[in-house]
Order: sequence, then structure tokens, then C-alpha cells
Amino acid sequence: MIRADIRSKSFGPLQVLKNIRFEVKQGECLAILGPSGVGKSTLLRLVAGIDKGFEGSIQRPERIAFVFQEPTLLPWRSAIDNLLLVHEGLSREAAQAMLVRTGIADKADVYPGQMSLGQQRRLALARAFVGQPELLILDEPFVSLDDTTADQMLDLTADLLRDVRPAALLVTHDKREADRLATRMLQLSGKPASLGPVPQTFSGGRAYQSGRK
Amino acid sequence: MQSQSARFLSLFCLIGLWIAASAARGDPSVLPSPVNLLEPFWRELTQGPLLYHLGRTTGRVVLSFLLAMAAGTALGLVMGTRPALDKWFDPWLVVFLNLPALVLIVLCYLWIGLNETAAIAAVVLNKIPNVAALVREGARALSPDLKAMATVYRMRPSTYLRHVVLPQMGPVLTGAARSGIAVIWKIVLVVEFLGRSNGIGFQIHLYFQLFDVPMVLVYSFSFIALMLLVEALMLQPAERRATAWRRA
Repeated sequence: MIRADIRSKSFGPLQVLKNIRFEVKQGECLAILGPSGVGKSTLLRLVAGIDKGFEGSIQRPERIAFVFQEPTLLPWRSAIDNLLLVHEGLSREAAQAMLVRTGIADKADVYPGQMSLGQQRRLALARAFVGQPELLILDEPFVSLDDTTADQMLDLTADLLRDVRPAALLVTHDKREADRLATRMLQLSGKPASLGPVPQTFSGGRAYQSGRK
Repeated sequence: MQSQSARFLSLFCLIGLWIAASAARGDPSVLPSPVNLLEPFWRELTQGPLLYHLGRTTGRVVLSFLLAMAAGTALGLVMGTRPALDKWFDPWLVVFLNLPALVLIVLCYLWIGLNETAAIAAVVLNKIPNVAALVREGARALSPDLKAMATVYRMRPSTYLRHVVLPQMGPVLTGAARSGIAVIWKIVLVVEFLGRSNGIGFQIHLYFQLFDVPMVLVYSFSFIALMLLVEALMLQPAERRATAWRRA
């Protein structure tokens, strides 16, 4: 369970977030939609505890996982080491099993730089779920993927969410991604940005506009 | 392979030039040819004190190198990641970077005395600013994304340092090590020249007073050869290992 009450977040004199309150329970996935630059990633960094400079409070669990826009892997370590180093105490068998689950079992011993972007994103997903997170944060995790690969990733993520049942927070500007994964949706908009219901007319997404199913 | 051949050819050309210059000078006591150095080298190696002095200098180089790398790396990392401390220490760094090595050596001997501590301190103080400046630039370029990842997944500081920071710093550290060892042994020679009673620098001082050019060259080239071996057998393989993932 996560409970956020962000009264204000500013960068210098510029206030970017204002009066943001939400809760996400275990097994729920809250999608936050909004156009680029509105402050979605800033909000996630606050929730994850990466950025601590804000007014308000956030209650978050101990085990957190984050799937970044870029895979953010250790390029000098093999795929399986990317899981083992981040999750201390994780067994090699459990790590290998997660690589099997995410469809990159044959890439265990290769460096991320030798993998395609789709495979790197699968590895980032494996790294997030293998720790059995209580809170999972997804920051546009399917951006820059072709439609077919993005669809496969959406299915995989939906399966893993169903099994692990973390409280999940998905940021996207693609309403179709939100439709597939989220149990609830809110829209981040305005200056400074605050949360509100998603309007029926929302269609901010690249994939949505390209008609991906 | 072609690159290796080119290196050997280049080296042979340098030796050829040396032989030609020596022949043109026609006085082995001023500029002996490489062949003239073989006999005194062998004599010093088998019957003389070459190995003893080589050992003393090597010991000083290794100790100074380790201390300078450790302190310079720590200082550089702190300055590169903590802007407030960087502002504070930056003027110190500029002063020490521009302080001539000879001044530091003389001051250390004057303040601490003509002993081993002063010798090592002089070398280390000369090298720390260079290592710190290089490492600081590397630390400034550390990936903020990987830092965020490590924060979210609560990586232990030791794990973060070993598996996230040091691999990013690998090229900087090997560069600092390679340039460091080259500079340190030259400073060690000056330190020995000025204030020690053993080591290659001391022997060079001795034979300088005797105007014995061949022996100066014998001792100098013995240490150069040792440093080339360290470079080829330790530093280059370490650099190759650190950057193996880039070539994969």
C-alpha cells in the first residue's frame, strides 16, 4: 500500500506539482496519464524516494522496484548478474527462473549491450519483479518499442502483475497501455500539475494515435 | 599484429638512431652505444648492487603509488560527487597541481628530515592532486540514472561502489594509474637523487659526480625496462579486463 500527499514540488522558483493525493493498494495498478513534460517522471521520483525535496508526505513499503524509461542496466555485468547484484540474497536459480519467465533465458551470460532494446526491457522487467516488490513503479516502460514487441511486453507485464500483486504505479501518455494494465486511471495536468479524472477525450499517446491494438 | 610490428620497428629505429649518434660522437665515455652498455649492465647485475638499488626504488614506487592512488581516488570521488566540498577543495587542488615537484621534495626534507617518511610523503603529495583531478572529472560523469536505480533498489554502499561506481571509473582509474606510475618513478628518482643513500636515483647521483655516463645509462635503463614490464604485464592486462564488456 502506498499513500502519497504531495502538497508542493518546486525546482527553484518553478512549482511543478501541487496538491497531489492518491492511494494504491496491494494488487492495484494506478495509471497516471498526461502529456510529456507535465511532471509525471518527477512525481514517480518522489514516490520512489529518489528525490526527497518536496512538501508533503509519502508512505511507501520497504521493497520497491522501478522500471525506468531507459532500461538502466549495468552494461559491464551479464544479464543474470544484473539481477543478482541488485537483489542481494537472490539465488541463481530464482534469477534464472525469472529470465525464463521473461523470455530471455538464453541471454543469462551476455552483456546488456549485446541484447536488443526489447530484450533489455525484458531484463529490466525481470529485475523489477524478481525481488517480489510491494511497490512497483513503471515509467513509460514500453517507449521506443515497435508495436509487436510492445504488445508482447504488455502481456508479460500484465501476467507478472497478476502473479506478484504489488501496488503498481504506471506513468504513460498512452491510454491503451493504461487500459491494458491499470485498475484505475488519473490524469496529471495543469501548471503546476495536479491530478484529476481522465477526460473521455484523452488521446495523448503515440501508440494510441498509431492505432496499436 | 601489424600494430605490434610497427611498435617494434619504431623501437628498433630509435636504437638505430642511438647507435648512429654514438658512432658519430666517437667517444663511448660521453655517448656509449647500446652494445657498450651490455658489459657494465651484466657486471652490475651479477656482481654489483643493481638489484639492491632496483629493489629499493621499486619499493618506494609501489608504496607511493598505492598511497597516492588511494588518497587521490577518495578525494577525487568526494570532490566529483559533492559540489560543496569541490568548491572548498578546488583552490587547494589548483595550488598543489601548480606546485613544482622539486619544491615539495625540498620542503618535505626540510620539515620532516632526510628520511624515508619524507621521501614517500614528497612523492605522494606530488601525485595526489593529479589523481584527484582525473578522478574528479570521472566522478562528475557518473550516471545519475544508475544512481537512481541503486537508490530505488537499496543497493548497499559497498555494492554500489564496487559494481556501479568503479566500473564507470575504470578507464579514468587505469589512465590515472598508467600516467601515475610513469610520473611517480621519475619523482622517486629525484627524491633519491636529493636525499637518499640508496635507490636508482642515488646511484645516478653517484655516477653523475663521477661523470660516468655509461653507468648513469645502465641504472636508468634498468628501471625503464622494469617499468615497461609492469606496464605490459600488469597495467595493460588490467585495463583490458576492465573494458572487456565494451568489446563483447
